[in-house]
Amino acid sequence: MKFLCIECDRQMAFAERKLPGDGTLAAVFSCPACNRSVAMLTNPMETQLVASLGVHIGGRTVPEQPFELTRSTVEGGRADAFSDIAAPAGGRPVWDEAARERLSRVPSFVRGMVQRIYADYAAERQIAVITPEVMDTARRELGLEGM
Amino acid sequence: MRTYSELTEGDRSNLLGQVSAQRERVAARLATVRHVVAVVSGKGGVGKSLVSAGLSAALARSGRQVGLLDADLHGPTAARMLGVRASGLAVRDNEVEPPVAACGVCVMSSDLLLEETAPLSWREPGHERFVWRGTLVAGMLREFLADVAWGALDVLLVDMPPGSERLDTLVELVPSLAGAVVVTIPSDASYRAVRRAVEAARAGRVPLLGVVENMAGYRCGSCRADGPLFDGDAGERLARDTGAPILARIPFDPAMQSLVDRGDVARAAEALGPAAEALMTRLGPPGREERRA
Repeated sequence: MKFLCIECDRQMAFAERKLPGDGTLAAVFSCPACNRSVAMLTNPMETQLVASLGVHIGGRTVPEQPFELTRSTVEGGRADAFSDIAAPAGGRPVWDEAARERLSRVPSFVRGMVQRIYADYAAERQIAVITPEVMDTARRELGLEGM
Repeated sequence: MRTYSELTEGDRSNLLGQVSAQRERVAARLATVRHVVAVVSGKGGVGKSLVSAGLSAALARSGRQVGLLDADLHGPTAARMLGVRASGLAVRDNEVEPPVAACGVCVMSSDLLLEETAPLSWREPGHERFVWRGTLVAGMLREFLADVAWGALDVLLVDMPPGSERLDTLVELVPSLAGAVVVTIPSDASYRAVRRAVEAARAGRVPLLGVVENMAGYRCGSCRADGPLFDGDAGERLARDTGAPILARIPFDPAMQSLVDRGDVARAAEALGPAAEALMTRLGPPGREERRA
């Protein structure tokens, strides 16, 4: 989808995606000429339809993870269904206690996948220690709402 | 006002591109699989999963590299028939390693993901689920195809759920589908239900590779003699209607069923050995790639 600023006759640029938490999605677009912003708001059914296709409004920010759709949508998954194998320790960031505690609150069915995404984010940016602040930044930058 | 096509800057969401990338991921994963074969039936309870498990084990026993994808996501049974239980699927960079059954068959099933008695269900929202549930099931099947490290296989059998609807999804995901094996029991009711599935397969231009008539008689547990079980000749009628050969007629054998329920598929593999060879003949010699137009 594309948005047009009628006054400026310019294509608006995707700015950010938000999940307000009520099962709806907001995608913000801004006009590069006049800076006017609009938000496209989808209702819960539209949001779920997009999610069920395994696609991301605003484009993907991280490569598709194995069983990403299954792990992020299935309810009643076994706690030990997956054994996520981490890359060799060299160069991998460590998790501080607060970040580890926060990670522990993620449902175990999807936890390994979430852990890998944050670890890859930190490794790519040469961040040695993952803290809750790093997780917040990653969520914002990567559009990982809900993780 | 200008149109979508006239706006020259990229569409950052590029939803079509994302869907296209998903399909490419499936194609890339299956590039090392010589034949993808669906095992279908228009009717539940005809023993389709037993046939899938037995065929896969028979093929593996003959030295072929075989995978079994249990596409009956709501009622998965095939993995347990092969003796495979959930034990933590290893996830590496971009793939999930499939467990390998004792008979050598690689397996993937929703049974390996769900809690023991949990139905396949989805997170919120809980209303109007009918709108997107089918899409999620299709997405899960796509991930079973694309994200599992199937490796180089001679055959990937896909144990389909009852009915024909999901076969359409499989055809869309796997345009190179080699064909379908149809499973029925002898009864007229089964004939009519399976015949509908056959017509749906034909409409999707899915080649019919053969018919397996299950429960074609009853094998006595004491004397091992076969006696009648169901009236009807659904297998023969389907073969006559479709021109596809009968690959096997298998009697209901309580002893075999009991073994399969315990994860021992050896006797079923024995019973389906000739069918497995006939199937491979239908698929063509190694190196011959079957591709649907």
